[in-house]
Amino acid sequence: MSDLRTELKQNIIEQLNLEELEVADIDNDVPLFGDGLGLDSIDVLELIVMLEKDYGIKLTDPDQGKEIFASIEKMAEYIEANRTK
Amino acid sequence: MKKIYLLEDAIFSPLGFSTEENLAAIKNGSSGLRFHKNNRFPTGGFFAGIIENELLNETFLKIGKPEKFTKLEQMMLLAVSRVLEKNPDLNLSKTALIISTTKGNVDLLTKSPFPKNRVYVSELGNVIKDFFGFQLEPIVISNACISGGLALAVAKRFIAAGKFDQAIVVGGDLVSEFVLSGFHSFQAISPEPCRPFSKNRKGISLGEAAAAVLLSSKKPIAPNVISIIGEASVNDANHISGPSRTGEGLYKSIQNALGEAQVSAKEIDYLSAHGTATAFNDEMEAVAFNRSGLENVPMNSFKGYYGHTLGASALLESILTKHSLLNNELYASLNFDEIGVSKPLNVIEDFEEKELQFAVKTASGFGGCNLALVFKKD
Amino acid sequence: MSNGNYKITDYVHIKDHRIFHGKDQVFKTEKSLGLDQFLKASYKKLEIAYPKFHKMDGLCKLGIIASEVLFKEHFISPDTALVFSNSASSLETDKKHQQAMGGMVSPSVFVYTLPNIVLGEISIKHKLQSENVFFIENQFNAELLKEYAEVLLEAKKTSAVVCGWIDLKNAKYDVFLCLISKEGEIPLSKENLKKLYIFENE
Repeated sequence: MSDLRTELKQNIIEQLNLEELEVADIDNDVPLFGDGLGLDSIDVLELIVMLEKDYGIKLTDPDQGKEIFASIEKMAEYIEANRTK
Repeated sequence: MKKIYLLEDAIFSPLGFSTEENLAAIKNGSSGLRFHKNNRFPTGGFFAGIIENELLNETFLKIGKPEKFTKLEQMMLLAVSRVLEKNPDLNLSKTALIISTTKGNVDLLTKSPFPKNRVYVSELGNVIKDFFGFQLEPIVISNACISGGLALAVAKRFIAAGKFDQAIVVGGDLVSEFVLSGFHSFQAISPEPCRPFSKNRKGISLGEAAAAVLLSSKKPIAPNVISIIGEASVNDANHISGPSRTGEGLYKSIQNALGEAQVSAKEIDYLSAHGTATAFNDEMEAVAFNRSGLENVPMNSFKGYYGHTLGASALLESILTKHSLLNNELYASLNFDEIGVSKPLNVIEDFEEKELQFAVKTASGFGGCNLALVFKKD
Repeated sequence: MSNGNYKITDYVHIKDHRIFHGKDQVFKTEKSLGLDQFLKASYKKLEIAYPKFHKMDGLCKLGIIASEVLFKEHFISPDTALVFSNSASSLETDKKHQQAMGGMVSPSVFVYTLPNIVLGEISIKHKLQSENVFFIENQFNAELLKEYAEVLLEAKKTSAVVCGWIDLKNAKYDVFLCLISKEGEIPLSKENLKKLYIFENE
């Protein structure tokens, strides 16, 4: 199970060009947006693409994004519940 | 201060191949948006305003060989040629050529019969210049969705400074898979024809068009003339794709343009907004308009008729604004349902005849750019 | 056109993996380095400390590095206009987006498929709320830049202008930016702009 969280951290660092971060720097519960990692609206869109590309989950309502992408933990839970890949 | 006049113009769009046809269609409430099949979309397709290729080729045959020019080139060459037809005595060695496009011949990135370098936007400038024999090097502006209006502002600034006395400004862009796929990844494409400023707006519809207008420092002989009396472009400095929540850049653009025009918000009779129908753009514009005291000015977006024509949009819509003023006509903001922004606006819901003298045209685009133009009828 | 007593206050060149501030070389790497590595090395050397840098495309990274060097020793007023130009527009990134079009495209790549985004990135980083324009030209056009900068200054739409050339084509780049204002020694003229541009391009 923890492999998914590590995988997510690696993917996020790569996909969102978070060059100055390493997997160990990202806590499972740190907020991804706002004061945590400081991701922005384009990052949300990239995460939606990643969700579909890597896990086969099509997000039909982008507003759900705020909850699903709140933290690595929340993302992992959502993916575990909904992945088709 | 030199006055800069808007003389003859031409529009090539799905609503018609002349300004007159386009105005008639708008008065009729006709939209150029149609459903086009495309597997990228869960609904099986998308709505857009697309010019029929065969019709375009047929029309282009009158001035050149369609097989030698790309779709966008045909559109833009036709627009310029129509303006030149109405001005046969124009001295092309002294007339500037100012071109606006965001992506130019971007469709040539896929397999195409044209040489590789034809995809360069600078090459588009050469093609138009050489077709007509303009002597001055074309000035090509590629500045996201404000390009068409910015081209007018650049023309006005150079004419006022005496660099040249007249300029033909032409703008154009295509509905391409390139742009469509990009906006789709932004979740910005509406599943139905776009609804600017509406509660039920769900994003943009794309469109393609070409438009051209002649600008001059010489006052035309006509009962009424339209001039650009103020213009400004201020960047939000907030985000490269999301507009400023306080409408900072647009507000400052409007203030500066009104300041240059020496006209107050109270005197503005008509406001031609950008109104792309995304949640954020329309909200930002509503905030900026209210901050500027323009909330009671009759306003519309033309995107319901054309879709978002990118590098053509601000130019095309400025031309429509010019005719609005000349005809004393306010055109309905097509597809409007009910107000869907947090600040009040006076959206034109039905066609109306009204005495008009001053108008403001606004535009905003990726990169945080904004533009405001002030037009006057004398 | 008027001669309003404007000066080329400062300038920066980036070419062949060398960065020049005025006539002084401030940084260089081996020419064999790839573009990305050169950009990363420059970012580190100049201590830019701006994580958003890594999300940008090549054109924007070049613009951020160049403006960092150019702005270092000056107070840059928020109304400083940005007047940039190139011949390739955003073609480098366009090709990247094009390649992805067979499947799912990346919004963070698409947003950079417009040349004026570099103006936005510089404006955001340096808090400039000012006039911007991006011109597409066959080659460096000193006359256009000089005249447009002057038009903006004379019309009092701005108190200073950053103008220049920022081109990226097939991983080859050519960057030349100038700060135009009333301060400095070199008078603003088409000839002087051309001379400075060519200086390191020989």
